[in-house]
Amino acid sequence: MAAAAGARIGVVTFPGTLDDRDAARAVRLAGAEAVALWHADDDLQGVDAVVLPGGFSYGDYLRAGAIARFAPLMEKIVDAAHGGLPVLGICNGFQLLTESHLLPGSMIKNDHLHFVCREQVLTVENASTAWTHQYAAGERITIPLKNQDGQYVADERTLDELEAEGRVAFRYEGVNPNGSRRGIAGITNARGNVVGLMPHPEHAVEVGFGPDSPSGAKAGTDGLRFFTSVIASLVHA
Amino acid sequence: MGRVVVDVMPKPEILDPQGKAVVGALPRLGFTQFTSVRQGKRFELEVEGAVTPEVLAAAQEAAVTLLSNPVIEDVVRVADAS
Repeated sequence: MAAAAGARIGVVTFPGTLDDRDAARAVRLAGAEAVALWHADDDLQGVDAVVLPGGFSYGDYLRAGAIARFAPLMEKIVDAAHGGLPVLGICNGFQLLTESHLLPGSMIKNDHLHFVCREQVLTVENASTAWTHQYAAGERITIPLKNQDGQYVADERTLDELEAEGRVAFRYEGVNPNGSRRGIAGITNARGNVVGLMPHPEHAVEVGFGPDSPSGAKAGTDGLRFFTSVIASLVHA
Repeated sequence: MGRVVVDVMPKPEILDPQGKAVVGALPRLGFTQFTSVRQGKRFELEVEGAVTPEVLAAAQEAAVTLLSNPVIEDVVRVADAS
């Protein structure tokens, strides 16, 4: 559809962001235009959705995402997200979404204290958000995971609420790689427009450059549907 | 010149992986009497003049909005350290 071809998805770069180029590439491979957004600007350039990519914004000084959260563009994104703008936070972007209080809980250092980098199997628990509706509930996907501060924590009441409201979007399958409470890899807000997760869908979008999969070495493209999901949700909005 | 000290600690119910690593290393140096370590952060905020009640109030606000994340940390001290 013409609207899909015209979808414009912003990818934000902070000082210390690492995965903005991969995220922009994922957006293009999914069929939308990637719009580079700079943290110090205060103009969202009319984008239809925003990706907060991974990395170490502001060197992760203070806490992961803590300083980036007060960047001028971030204030705009928080307002727009409250108004329904689809926002995906990946890794450092997820940390940023919790620091911004768009999503509950927080991330602390991995329980084993090591940086972890692996091809991670996840179970899709909520397949009705703007970023996940092209998956099936219960589907298992494999995408890369790479972080040091990836242990998701929240108080028991918050965790119970997330579970009861179906807001656990992804759970680690098989092994819990960082000690996250209840194996939580990603969550959504109640409206389903804001999704955050620690693993990296943008690194599993093109055959030859993804995780190993049953169809071949480096052939995994399980991350692509994050981006095609949001494009489709814009078409139908 | 005035100085305000802000101390931030991980919440008691939050596992502190860094403190746990430190407590594991202590016995290797012969410090066998320490059963637990928790690692926090200390901030020193400087102001031009004296530390007034207004300065302390502003430091308290900065402590709970930026210097700490109330989900995982407690501000345990905001004090004049001039």
